[in-house]
Amino acid sequence: MSRYRRRRLVNRGMEAISTIAALIAVAVLAIVVISVASRGAGALSWDFLTKPQALFGQPGGGMVNAIVGTALLVGLATVMAVPVGVLTAIYLTEFAPRRIAVPIQVVLDVLAGLPTIVLGIFVYALLVIGHTQSGYAGSFALAIIMLPVVARATQEMLLLVPSTLREASLALGVRRWRTVLGIILPSSVGGILTGTVLAVARAAGETAPLLFTSSIFANAVQTDVTKALPNIPVLIFTYSEQPDPALHEQAWAAALVLMAFVLIASIGAKALLARSRRKLTG
Amino acid sequence: MSVVPTTSPLQARRRLGGRLGDVALHGLTMAAALACVVLVGAIVWKILRLSGDSYDSFGLDFITGRSWDPVKHVFGALPFIYGTAVSALVALVLATPLAIAIGLYLSELAPRGVRGVVGSLVELLAAIPSVVLGLWGILVLGPFLSQHVEPSLHNSLGFIPLFGEPQETGQGLFTAAVILTIMIVPIVASISRELFLGVPRELEEGALALGATRWEMVRGVILPATRSGIAAAVILGLGRAVGEAIAVTQVIGGGTRIGWSLFPPADTLASKIASSYQGAGSGLETSSLLYLAAILLVMGLIANLVAQVIVRRFDPLRGART
Repeated sequence: MSRYRRRRLVNRGMEAISTIAALIAVAVLAIVVISVASRGAGALSWDFLTKPQALFGQPGGGMVNAIVGTALLVGLATVMAVPVGVLTAIYLTEFAPRRIAVPIQVVLDVLAGLPTIVLGIFVYALLVIGHTQSGYAGSFALAIIMLPVVARATQEMLLLVPSTLREASLALGVRRWRTVLGIILPSSVGGILTGTVLAVARAAGETAPLLFTSSIFANAVQTDVTKALPNIPVLIFTYSEQPDPALHEQAWAAALVLMAFVLIASIGAKALLARSRRKLTG
Repeated sequence: MSVVPTTSPLQARRRLGGRLGDVALHGLTMAAALACVVLVGAIVWKILRLSGDSYDSFGLDFITGRSWDPVKHVFGALPFIYGTAVSALVALVLATPLAIAIGLYLSELAPRGVRGVVGSLVELLAAIPSVVLGLWGILVLGPFLSQHVEPSLHNSLGFIPLFGEPQETGQGLFTAAVILTIMIVPIVASISRELFLGVPRELEEGALALGATRWEMVRGVILPATRSGIAAAVILGLGRAVGEAIAVTQVIGGGTRIGWSLFPPADTLASKIASSYQGAGSGLETSSLLYLAAILLVMGLIANLVAQVIVRRFDPLRGART
């Protein structure tokens, strides 16, 4: 009987350990979110959201130039990444024979796993050396990050489209391309959209690709993409490296804005994704 | 089956249009897929080519070179390789058991209602931008570690050279490793959960029917069945830890020291590159930064490919699809 009790005790212990591990993860999330929220809320004000950054060394200032810049950078990156990502996904699921699809899939996964700083320095080498930093260089770097995310989400959705739909369309004599564009894409459009939102959330928070491509910028609102665009992640990064507590406060406020956007977008996208998946699989 | 004669020019045109449409869409999508391949090729080529200057000057001795001196034009990567290896390894040691335990909780233990919520929360942890996590690391976590955790580790385990004198600023390898742990736990935990859920029910029920406790079932059935998948997840986590630049740059402090203690400031390959963003002095320095990037790239490629070879066997999306 003591052997039985020992086995039960070990079992209990292990169950407790894994429960505690899950609690730790949730607690860390809560601690990070709460400390960013409580410190950021203090410095966050209407002024902060609507004024551009102060000149270096001067008090006050806000982050409107960074908000506008991030919106431009991410918007442009979305325009670059989404068509390529969706088309790649269509090729992989609808057209490519297996012996071609597998290597391309490998390449996409490699792209998704490359360190973002390496992508940043690649774009630096490609577009910035010999020129200057620019908004489109930053967007291009962000687009490289978004591309595999969009492709993967689209692919997952396309695979969920019941093959009976595909076959019914083809059996009616509908051409392949009209089947793809008229039947398959529309039924997975929800998934593609949410994949895009997920990719946007990811790109909005990326700093490493922008350090080398769009980090030396003016303190005014800037909408010219041929010049370096101010942006929220680089603002937080540079302020956090400064010893000045006033700048730290602004960094917290900017971090709160960024984190709120990213978390809300991720949660929303995941909820929508679950819904459109249910719709497709019934 | 007889062939229907199509004489009407309208029908012929439609058929031609249809074929054109097929070819066009096929071609367009193939071009997009090829663009992805070309992109990866261009990344590798460009980075290797631009690190050429530094390679010509230092050759492979760059990897074992200990100094990074822009004034004397001497550059070496060893301190950064050391920083990368130590921070990533410590992070893996901390993260792996934690992540597997979370995966087990989510797949085996959690009540149905809790499972989805906790699972999503763990995934949200991965969504926090690294620059925000780094800001928290430098201003909250670092001071906490240096005032509470590091002294107590030093006092109780100080005879192990890993736990040397605590740092006052809280910036150092150890803080970086803790931040990296927070970043890779959600990744490894999510993959583990999927792996554990993929173990056939009959096997689990068979073990339970034979009188095994839940933990014995996990140890005897689930873990052996998913061992290589877990290895792949850990390698993916390693790749992430090695490549993370921003949060590490914020908390690691910077330096070229190589030593036993985990607490002093250091630099990783990625953080060295990131902290030089305001412009390198000479062409040779830029080229040397790209050499660091090339080392990082090769490490990232290897980790990714190895993990993929293993993962591919488990993932239905990438596995047996026709």
